[in-house]
Amino acid sequence: MSADLLLSDVSVGGDLPVLQKDVKPVTVVLGAMASRDWRPQHHDYKFATGNNGLDDIIMNTPNLAAWFERYLTDWTGPKGRLGRIKFRMKDSVYPGDTMQFAGKVTNVEDGPEGIGWVDVAIELTAGDKSCVGCEARVAIPTSADANPWSLKGDDWKP
Amino acid sequence: MAAQSADDLPEEVAGWIGEDRYVEKTEFPIEMGYVLTTLSATQNGNPLYWDENVANDLTGGPIALPTMVSVWFRPHDWSPGRTEPAVPLQLHFDLKDRLGLPEAVMSDNTIVFGEPIRPGDELTTTQVLYSVSALKTTKLGTGRFWDFGVRVENQKGELCAEERYTGFGYNRD
Repeated sequence: MSADLLLSDVSVGGDLPVLQKDVKPVTVVLGAMASRDWRPQHHDYKFATGNNGLDDIIMNTPNLAAWFERYLTDWTGPKGRLGRIKFRMKDSVYPGDTMQFAGKVTNVEDGPEGIGWVDVAIELTAGDKSCVGCEARVAIPTSADANPWSLKGDDWKP
Repeated sequence: MAAQSADDLPEEVAGWIGEDRYVEKTEFPIEMGYVLTTLSATQNGNPLYWDENVANDLTGGPIALPTMVSVWFRPHDWSPGRTEPAVPLQLHFDLKDRLGLPEAVMSDNTIVFGEPIRPGDELTTTQVLYSVSALKTTKLGTGRFWDFGVRVENQKGELCAEERYTGFGYNRD
């Protein structure tokens, strides 16, 4: 977890630190249960391989969303406030994979009340597989005393 | 959003476009147990969720992770009196059924976040169909794309999030 990122620290084309994480069966099952996703392909090996033709149980999308959020706020610090996130699922993440999150800043702009908007493109890969493409828009402060979480109503338009 | 839909849709499905459907309350008030389990599952050490002082300073008290929004309207796997498994995004399954498209995939998922969700909140979700395409053939089969959304509001009527999905329902060729 970094200290709070300021808008002046960010520029278009800049890279986010890469995050790598080994996936174990418990990574998949714990994530599915935490996100109340009871579908068997996320906990039942025989169902996943026999009924769905998968190689193993797979990470579920809501939990991957939480991994993307963790990746972003590791970079921004706790003042980073997620405004918008978009996923495109391309391939599955299995136990035994090493997830790698890599992001790049694609847009930076001023916002209201001492905040700025940063757009980031993130790719989740596992070895040679491109698993998920993600575009995110996050609000960060322009100064140490600004707080994106204070914005409400019409001031918060991600 | 303006709907751009095919003109060969069954009348019933065409009537769903733009209509609020499945207005439902979450099955339990928001609580921090799932938040902490999600933080554990993703090894997320963000002090906003672990340190009460940080939460008080930044968000006026504890909040849930924004990306957990869909967690709160996913039904229990079982509850008393239920004879069929409940499914989230019922509108998606209705479209598959009424359009005779038994297979389906979700291609895109966008979430726009609003007011933070807090422990004790009671949320209302509303599913809205925006558009259904004409028949198209892809490598999966022949079917239709549909765009629909889920609006999530808290007990004060504040918009907490809107999820948008693109689904493709199809028959294998």
